[in-house]
Amino acid sequence: MPEFLQFLASGLTVGAIYALVALGFTLIYNASDVINFAQGEFVMLGGMVTVFATAAGVPLPLAALIAIVATVLVGLALHRFAIAPARGASAVTLIIITIGASILLRGLAAVIFDKRFHSLPPIAGNKPLLVGGAAILPQSIIVLAATAVIVVLLWALMTRTLIGKALLATAANRLAARLVGIDTGRMVGLSFVVSAAIGAIGGILVTPITLTSYDVGTLLALKGFAAAMLGGMGSPLGAVLGGLIVGLLEAFGAGYVSSAYKDAIAFLVILDVLFVMPHGLFGRAGVERV
Amino acid sequence: MVAALQTRAGVMLLAVIILLLPLVLPSPFYFRIATLVFIFALAVLGLNLLMGFAGQVSLGHAGFFGIGAYAVAVGPTHWGIPSWAALILGAVAAGLLAFLVGRPILRLRGHYLAVATLGMGLLIAMVLTNEAQLTGGPDGMPVPRLDLFGWRVRGAMPWYWVSGVTLAIAAWLAANLLDSPTGRALRAIHDSETAASVLGIDLARYKLTAFVLSAVYGAIAGAYLALFDGLVTPATAGFLRSIEFVSMAVLGGLGSILGSVVGATLLVVLPQALTVFHDYEHIVLGLIMIVFMVFLRAGIVPSLAALAVRRKP
Amino acid sequence: MSAFSVEDVSIAFGGLKALQNISFAVEPGEIFAIIGPNGAGKTTLFNVVSGLYRPTQGRFFVNGADVTGLPPHALAARGLSRTFQNLQVFTRMSAIDNIMVGRHLHERHGVLPHLFALPAVRRQNRATRAKAMELLALVGMMDFAERQADGLAYGQLKRLEIARALATEPKVLLLDEPAAGCNAVETRDIDNVIQKVAASGVSVVLVEHDMRLVMKISHRIHVLDGGRTLAEGTSDAIRNDPAVIAAYLGGAVRGGDAHASG
Repeated sequence: MPEFLQFLASGLTVGAIYALVALGFTLIYNASDVINFAQGEFVMLGGMVTVFATAAGVPLPLAALIAIVATVLVGLALHRFAIAPARGASAVTLIIITIGASILLRGLAAVIFDKRFHSLPPIAGNKPLLVGGAAILPQSIIVLAATAVIVVLLWALMTRTLIGKALLATAANRLAARLVGIDTGRMVGLSFVVSAAIGAIGGILVTPITLTSYDVGTLLALKGFAAAMLGGMGSPLGAVLGGLIVGLLEAFGAGYVSSAYKDAIAFLVILDVLFVMPHGLFGRAGVERV
Repeated sequence: MVAALQTRAGVMLLAVIILLLPLVLPSPFYFRIATLVFIFALAVLGLNLLMGFAGQVSLGHAGFFGIGAYAVAVGPTHWGIPSWAALILGAVAAGLLAFLVGRPILRLRGHYLAVATLGMGLLIAMVLTNEAQLTGGPDGMPVPRLDLFGWRVRGAMPWYWVSGVTLAIAAWLAANLLDSPTGRALRAIHDSETAASVLGIDLARYKLTAFVLSAVYGAIAGAYLALFDGLVTPATAGFLRSIEFVSMAVLGGLGSILGSVVGATLLVVLPQALTVFHDYEHIVLGLIMIVFMVFLRAGIVPSLAALAVRRKP
Repeated sequence: MSAFSVEDVSIAFGGLKALQNISFAVEPGEIFAIIGPNGAGKTTLFNVVSGLYRPTQGRFFVNGADVTGLPPHALAARGLSRTFQNLQVFTRMSAIDNIMVGRHLHERHGVLPHLFALPAVRRQNRATRAKAMELLALVGMMDFAERQADGLAYGQLKRLEIARALATEPKVLLLDEPAAGCNAVETRDIDNVIQKVAASGVSVVLVEHDMRLVMKISHRIHVLDGGRTLAEGTSDAIRNDPAVIAAYLGGAVRGGDAHASG
């Protein structure tokens, strides 16, 4: 039982980060049909900027704020200088652009920062809480709570504000959105801003647990993408659940089956789900009109 | 007809370049680079059959590349199979695997297909990493040199010709396929699956055909790289390698045989050329990928060809 | 035995009953039109009988053989071919290549011979191309053979699709609004082609809004409304059928009233 709880806690923690990355994928995809493979780099930037700002003597909360702002600026630049100029290009072309951006950001981080692993002091200390025999880091609870808050805020933004509704309208039908006067280009830019901010927050929160370095983004992007597809591309709820499921599968797979094959277990389950539900858990199937 | 002629002209051009390039290459180092270009172009050409012709994405193609590479490493080392036979076995194994997993995977579309192939590639890479008693684990293993009936193929020069001739043949085969009922079926599927199916094309069968062929191309390329390098590591089959293949195919131009070669050339030569920038290598590489894709959206070869056509009165 | 028959076909999407208990039979060489107001279920019916949608109920037959539930490519092999209302042309292929794809069922398929371009394959390519040229000539598009399809005009694409469907040598040809968006000359050309095809023994099932075309060339007409059969008969019978008049004219009048009052 303690073992089970231990795996559950670590699975949910990692899963929450995957969920945030998947959410970032989903937001940008919905607004623009772009699969942004630089999403993992947002997480990396959040962690790395905070690490180097605190090392320069900036207090942690301010450092975190700087990191979020910096990442949002990077997200805006990515949209302004790489995605917007290629508007109308095919899906694969846009994917290669984001892969190029991911390589570029990784290269920049290696030059501006360094190639070593870094950590941050946990916000609520290092003393694990004992729950049913399992040792749970306070930081894990913070990660989970923050993820929950982000999901709720995002939901409120989408359903309760005009700008959120404009974003939803853009996602549903770009042409119709433009016809009713929504500036869809700005909505796409906004989706990059929100995704970058979410990624950065995830990176800041998880660094005390998993460490960060210039190249953590690739694996996170890969897992986040898989989580988003498992949930069903375009569904925010699916993205969050997909992320948590992938995290749990990894943790339990590593604990009960084989740590060497933990990723294999996660992907085998994803493949099985897709064979039964080719549009993911919450994806829209839709009838093709001809 | 016109498209077919253009494709054949491209293959001829490629053959001429392979034949004449040694006249201008100044040192074994350049032969080595050219060999790497040919090997990667071979894998990308295979991927292009799937992505460019049939329109089906694969983010796991390095898996097949890895199967080929490890076949010529494990076969001769552990089971005493001659390298050339191991190469053929590797290609057959990759084709067989593609045949088995292709049917369920290729039912998926677009991004879902992307994630499924990504998962397949990761699973292959993971097996290669974890079955250490056979594969040497994360550190990889040495690969015995290729011995072709007494001719020991080693060094840049012999490999230049082996890989170059193979690439030319592979391009010729691909061009033939393009101008056949199979090629037309694949291109039709790319443009409209619905229309293709009501004309009698069995979508599943043709997607599978393209998948198996591309796997075989990839495995042969992987075997060549392993034999040429004398070493394999799990990175051979890794996610980044798969992404590299896709980037080469898209940069050069999907659906263009010559584009596969141009894309492979760019991404093999650039990092070599960029080493003078030391730490800035990745920054420049990333920038170049973005700039090329923004300005030449259809890929280098098709975009430039379209420009050339438009300039003619 | 009818060349093509539909028996009691129904289909529902969620709760929406798009087609209810549709039955009809088409004889060899007959031109059989299906008409009805927008949303009557005409295109849905085509999508069902070409294997794209699976009917919730009912069966359909080609030359007496039950072909319900077969995938589209198998239906094509049984002699069923179709065109699409909103065009499904292979846009990145030339006009002639589009039609050559239509010859797929009449070509030999071995990947290895194709890879090595064996003499037999090259011979077959030449034969396919010659046949495709004939079909282009039939629809008056010889001069555009090498033009990439996305550079063709709308009316040309419509004719290209008809020629492509004919390339399969169908026993039953389903045409979904072949004359929509075409000018008077193009429409006349298309109606000539349809009559020529039917005269060669092919059963033509036609969905069309151009009533003049329908009345002129159809042997029989089947009227749908709201997913149900309203009437079936010769053009004269349909023209004078009170239910049809009510559905068409009455519908228009009702719509006009609703508009005026709203």
